[in-house]
Amino acid sequence: MPELTMVEALNLALKEKLAEDDRVVILGQDVGVDGGIFRVTLGLIEEFGPERVIDTPLAEAGIIGMAIGMCMNGLIPLPEMQFSGFSYTAFHQIENHVARYRWRTRGRFPMPMVIRMPYGAGVRAFELHSESREAYWAHTPGLKVVIPSTPRKARALLRAAIEDPDPVVFYEPKAIYRAFREEVPEEPETLPIGKAEVVREGSDITLMAYGAMMPRTLQAADMLAEEGVSAEVIDLMTVSPMDDETITASAKKTGRVVVVHEACRSFGPAAEIIARLNDKVFFHLEAPVARVTGYDMPPPFFAREQLFLPTPQRIADEARATLAL
Amino acid sequence: MPRKIVERPQPIEYLSILDWTGKVDRKLEPDIPEETLKTIYRAMLFCRLFDERTLQLQRQGRIGTFAPIKGQEAAQVAAVVQLKPTDWFIPSFRETAAQIYRGLTPQDVWLFYAGYNEGVRVPDDKHDLPLCVPVASQCQHAVGIAYASKYKGTDEVTMVFHGDGATSEGDFHEAMNFAGVYQLPVIFVCQNNQWAISIPRERQTRSKTIAQKAIAYGFGGIQVDGNDPLAVYVAAREAIERARSESMPTLIECVTYRLGVHTTADDPKRYRRDEEVKEWEKKDPIPRFEKYLKAKGVMTDEDFAGLREEIRDELKRAWKETEAKIREFEAGSPDVIFDHIYAVEPPELAEQRAYFLERIKREGRPDA
Repeated sequence: MPELTMVEALNLALKEKLAEDDRVVILGQDVGVDGGIFRVTLGLIEEFGPERVIDTPLAEAGIIGMAIGMCMNGLIPLPEMQFSGFSYTAFHQIENHVARYRWRTRGRFPMPMVIRMPYGAGVRAFELHSESREAYWAHTPGLKVVIPSTPRKARALLRAAIEDPDPVVFYEPKAIYRAFREEVPEEPETLPIGKAEVVREGSDITLMAYGAMMPRTLQAADMLAEEGVSAEVIDLMTVSPMDDETITASAKKTGRVVVVHEACRSFGPAAEIIARLNDKVFFHLEAPVARVTGYDMPPPFFAREQLFLPTPQRIADEARATLAL
Repeated sequence: MPRKIVERPQPIEYLSILDWTGKVDRKLEPDIPEETLKTIYRAMLFCRLFDERTLQLQRQGRIGTFAPIKGQEAAQVAAVVQLKPTDWFIPSFRETAAQIYRGLTPQDVWLFYAGYNEGVRVPDDKHDLPLCVPVASQCQHAVGIAYASKYKGTDEVTMVFHGDGATSEGDFHEAMNFAGVYQLPVIFVCQNNQWAISIPRERQTRSKTIAQKAIAYGFGGIQVDGNDPLAVYVAAREAIERARSESMPTLIECVTYRLGVHTTADDPKRYRRDEEVKEWEKKDPIPRFEKYLKAKGVMTDEDFAGLREEIRDELKRAWKETEAKIREFEAGSPDVIFDHIYAVEPPELAEQRAYFLERIKREGRPDA
């Protein structure tokens, strides 16, 4: 089994799906000859040609709008936004059309597309390249939001997202694009969309996270383990629709929960998780559910961006405070 | 280091064949089969009467807000009449005449305007999109559809409608740019009806014509008298031919006029003069076309009157059927609004559906 980075694993999934199904096309700025600005689509134009790996003019709304028409006429487009921050010029196409077309036409025009976009802070990027706004997409009925946390999961989830009949916003944690390698099976594999995974079993407290916050959350769990605390760790993987079954089962089991994300605190995914735990397992909780998140501000310029991001220390401290209650 | 002219300004062609007095330019007159002329006329008249009936229904409170089409029948019907059923038709929100010509029923239109989601269902074999409210966004869908047609090697043509206001939106320009770059079989039909709600055409763009915008994107544009069905027909024929055989886009600017309100929620007296409307009423496409058909011996006054009666009866029946359908929907379960959001309903949504049904059982309908 080859050891791949997340970028290489994503490239593998795209390559496999292009080879398996000629309805699949990739479109975006620089996705062809240049191989994408993060090189996720490297080499694909050489193998599949410019009609299927389409270098587009610089126009996010145009890219998403064109992908909508492609869906209507039988293709499975995979539009790429170079940075999630650039997707806002296509926001109206995603909100008004991608998310609603199946509903609006009573099933006649589903939108089986995957909108890939790198998100998040931690790579010393320019301002406007570091935010984590999954809540926008998760708040929109009709979309699914998938965020992988390892190379193997990235490949399996991207394959599943492409096979999914509904539109998926595939949020790629660029901070861990090349941070580590992982063995990825040669045989194609998929992971179900909409399912979370208990990545580490524990009994004292549950830590929930996703994407680029997973390695930090696992480090926090290690720190707690050294103190004799058994932390269960859940990787959400699909932010919307959320896997209530897995998160409530774990909360019931441990009675204490900390939710971690780098997105802004207010109205973020953690707030939604806390609301659901209140609805479903309130009487099993031993303490209020805590959240460790980014602050309600634009991600700061890069000299101070690590101060903005949740650290393993912060996560462990929040867990200790929750355990003390 | 020269300072030179890179490209000379290209002239924009304006096409008018049948003027408002009924005079025809014989040199330009297209050879349209009599049956097609009758079809175009019937579709135009049908929509005029449908529009009048829909306005009554709205004023009676039986349906909600809608966008009347009065005055734009020629620009719509004569543009789509030569499309094949397998070609793609993409409206904005005022193309009811073209939509009905393409096969949408008055019942469907009324059900939609009466507030039932079922009214926008698109049959599986149709290559037509439902109306699109976000201005100009549909232009890009047309581009994607046309790209897929070209990719699959079909000879399908895509025709997308938009207004003069849409030409100020970024989406319009992105779509035109993509269509030019990829050389796609797509036709942009601008319904330049002079007003984008309260903003007149002169405040929409400094360009002398809308048609000339195509030049910037590397393909042809033509301005036509949009109240002249013959001119619209000829421009559409040329554009369809160019799309089908050369895979090249075209922008057709139909110079027409919205004789009525923008929507039934709008009061045009606030922003436009009655004299202007009266001037344009003289250019109404329907009496103009009647003069032509009569002079040509295709139809008589009796034919026009008979057709009016026939359509009125058809609309009466259609409203009865619509009411029956509304009763049927009302008797059914309203949780149809939860249908089709996802291919497979997520558990959270299934829980919300169950709660919704439970509340209705307990409370009844709050709007009943």
